[in-house]
Amino acid sequence: MNWLFAPLSERRLIPGGGLRGATPWVIAIMVFVMIVVAAAGLALSNVAGLVARGVSQRYSIQLADGAGRQGVAVFAARSAPGVVAVRPVSPAEMRATLERWLGPAGASADLPLPAIIDLDLAPGADAAAVGRRIEAAVPGAHFVAHADSLAPLLTALKSLSWLAAALVLLVALANAAAVVLAARGALDTNRATIEVMHGIGATDRQVVRLFQRRIAIDALLGGVAGGVAAALALLVVLGTGSGWIAELAGGAALRAGDVLLLALLPFAVAVLATLVARSAVLTALRTNL
Amino acid sequence: MTGETAIVEFERVGLRYGTGGEVLRDLDFRLTAGSFYFLTGPSGAGKTSLLKLLYLAQRPTRGAIRLFGEELSTLARDAMPPLRRRIGVVFQDFRLVRHLSVFDNVALPLRIGGATDVEVEAPVREMLAWVGLADRASARPATLSGGEQQRVAIARAVIASPELIVADEPTGNVDAAMAQRILHLLTVMNRQGTTVVVATHDLSLIAATPGAQLIRLENGALTDPTGGLRNPAAGSFGPRR
Repeated sequence: MNWLFAPLSERRLIPGGGLRGATPWVIAIMVFVMIVVAAAGLALSNVAGLVARGVSQRYSIQLADGAGRQGVAVFAARSAPGVVAVRPVSPAEMRATLERWLGPAGASADLPLPAIIDLDLAPGADAAAVGRRIEAAVPGAHFVAHADSLAPLLTALKSLSWLAAALVLLVALANAAAVVLAARGALDTNRATIEVMHGIGATDRQVVRLFQRRIAIDALLGGVAGGVAAALALLVVLGTGSGWIAELAGGAALRAGDVLLLALLPFAVAVLATLVARSAVLTALRTNL
Repeated sequence: MTGETAIVEFERVGLRYGTGGEVLRDLDFRLTAGSFYFLTGPSGAGKTSLLKLLYLAQRPTRGAIRLFGEELSTLARDAMPPLRRRIGVVFQDFRLVRHLSVFDNVALPLRIGGATDVEVEAPVREMLAWVGLADRASARPATLSGGEQQRVAIARAVIASPELIVADEPTGNVDAAMAQRILHLLTVMNRQGTTVVVATHDLSLIAATPGAQLIRLENGALTDPTGGLRNPAAGSFGPRR
């Protein structure tokens, strides 16, 4: 890391850089986008995980012809091995649900109500055996896994998480391409200096070190600026939407590990930019100079 | 002559740029360590191209060059810088780094060689005093006259005490007194063992350097086709009085 703390005389060889150039600002924008997209992806992934864990052991007994046989079904469920909780959905709750879908007609007393009983099974319990037992005790009852009902939603959430990860990767690649262009631009601008340095015995490594340091500092400045802006944006979003986000995610959209990962992104971008710049400059030197 | 150590050896060397014709052809000569050479010839004869081969800015397109005992045509790119550090170059167009001060330009070879800021301070100040630019150490090259820029270029070329100095018209932009002073500096370095090659049209400079030898180029070839240090003594080319 000595190259990062070069003496002033070495730094003077390549003038300019820092916030006066476009590179740190481009990197700042990209880091901002990366962090926001990554945060959204992590939050979606967390929600998907929580939902999946929440419904993995949850099942329902559905009785299409109403509440008349609910008691039998509840008894059969409670006596089945592996069932840890049985919760019949109350008629009032059923009517409220139907009203949400059917409008005021759903609240009519003339509408025959189906019955639903929610069950929680112990981990490792044989769900199929429980289902067979209930369906045998209450002919016509449907034993339904919540995970099956929510599978399309979970698939969509996981797809969005992967999409976010792909977007982060794409932005990182765009970032690398921007760094390559910046490095080549800096090489062209300083071509005369490099030729003089080569002419009096500078090695490619010595020349590369100058540009590597410049890009590393630009990337760090841009990365930190983009990171701070993204953190502020996320705080505002999480602050205004904390109610539903917390409800969806079961308390916190982003965990401590996620926050740490997001905080490391600007530094990862700086490392990536430095490595890319080093490679681009070395290649350009060996090809053109 | 053959018993003296050759610092540079050319064998049937040819050079062409791109697909053009040869600008140098069949160069066959050797330069002995510690000697002083003037490279002369009309404009376009190939002097600057020959100097580029000497200071490793070009590789020959044919033939063989041995510099400090290393065969250049097979030398890896990474092996070039250590050889270049043993050569001091005064470019015809000076090639000063325009955003660096005079001090930093002169200090550049020492810093590239690994010297610290403290280590370069005294020798650079001394060298600047020697070329009469002590009071311009902080100036940028663009603020200097042509002659001053040339002196900076010379100071940069000799600061690291190279084994070979290659100078392309080093007195082209200075007055007669400064030309003599520069020649004296090169002569002193030569007496200390440095091999010096100076490309020049200035016959008075040649005449003022007894013991120096001439290499004359015409149309990319040596006019003495046998080469091998059989060039006439420089003094015989001086202006007749």
